[in-house]
Amino acid sequence: MALDTAWAIEWVRRTAATIDEHRAELVTLDREIGDGDHGENLDRGFRAVLEAVDAGSFDTPGAVLKVVATKLISTVGGAAGPLFGTAYLKAAQAAGDAAELDADALVAVLTAARDGVVSRGKAEVGDKTMVDAWSPAVDAAATAAADGATPEQVLAAAADAAATGAASTEPLVARKGRASYLGERAIGHRDPGAQSSAYVLRAAVEAA
Amino acid sequence: MTVGILVVSHSAAIADGTVALARQMAADVPMVAAGGTDDGGIGTSFDAITAGIEELGAADAVVVLCDLGSAYLTTDTALDFLDDDARARVHVSQGPLVEGTVAAAVAAQTGGDVAAVLAAAASAATTAPSDVDADPTSGVPTDDPGGPADDVSTGSGDDAVASATVELVNESGLHARPAAEFVKAAAKHEASVRVNGVDAKSLLAIMALALPKGATVTIEATGPDAQGAVDALVDLVRSGFGE
Repeated sequence: MALDTAWAIEWVRRTAATIDEHRAELVTLDREIGDGDHGENLDRGFRAVLEAVDAGSFDTPGAVLKVVATKLISTVGGAAGPLFGTAYLKAAQAAGDAAELDADALVAVLTAARDGVVSRGKAEVGDKTMVDAWSPAVDAAATAAADGATPEQVLAAAADAAATGAASTEPLVARKGRASYLGERAIGHRDPGAQSSAYVLRAAVEAA
Repeated sequence: MTVGILVVSHSAAIADGTVALARQMAADVPMVAAGGTDDGGIGTSFDAITAGIEELGAADAVVVLCDLGSAYLTTDTALDFLDDDARARVHVSQGPLVEGTVAAAVAAQTGGDVAAVLAAAASAATTAPSDVDADPTSGVPTDDPGGPADDVSTGSGDDAVASATVELVNESGLHARPAAEFVKAAAKHEASVRVNGVDAKSLLAIMALALPKGATVTIEATGPDAQGAVDALVDLVRSGFGE
């Protein structure tokens, strides 16, 4: 399937479904090292996104991503709202008016999303945040695209790297977010935002 | 210049309570609370922050105080959606929410511009505990209300030193509005002024002394026109702050 408007809408549906499916797990992860609302907040956000996508009509993947951004920003009360919202907003801007995304455009979209998260949250790789999933995902996507991979293969490379990146947060001490108050007690726990980021990118692969 | 204040908290109760606390000392400052999520839960609301900035549209500038991290993230995101002119009048303080809001509100109430309000909010984070650790006997009321000032010494020149001890005659003591007036009066003088050992230009340090009616207040000044500063503040204390 080409990465077109229908794909973007299917990505939203599958993201809402996977977040709903993993809500309890994300709540548990966040309860261990945060304020425990990540699963609920993201679930509420993507339900609102789903309603908006069902109610609207869209001509481009970028238009879909923009609605995801505004809905997440206005409905998710925790840090995930502005962080994911900014990621989708920058992704939408990078997608522009393109009817479908080729491998290079996809890399540009993922890079813009990652840069949005970094500029909003001021976190770096190793801080035990979403960036630990997004940054390796972007690197893997760029490498795959440079090797001549199809858009679907680029997405798959990104999702695999995001999953590995999420797992890599377990031994870390958090330097950003609520978990940073815990110091070494955060060691051994996976960052919930990195985990949900990996689920979001996995949903993009499944939608393609 | 009018400066409005927006208080952004994860909790509606904290935001509303902080505004109520600050309003006690800054009745004329436009202040808006943006606390909690749209459905009344714990979190921050993009829509409430955006609406709050709009509600403060009549102010020349808006200073925003936030609590935990995502309050800053949501505020920054809201600012990104404003056009450049609207964005330019909004300033996010890194000051502590409660103390910073009170200090900012008093600075705005006493005519401070946006830089002064931001500085007041920031200074609230550095009100050192040592400043608050005043002479334990200084707050004890005496039997001599409104008596003459004593211990007066005089001097002149840049390193002049002056001091006086005077008693609080007004009902509320050196608290709330009187404290704000005291700080405002002290700030008019170039000299460094201390009251019962704390910085007389720091509202929070003075309020932390919690000096009631009848307490003795020792005012010490060093620097240019030290005597003028002491005299003005003694007069203010004796006037009972208009109470």
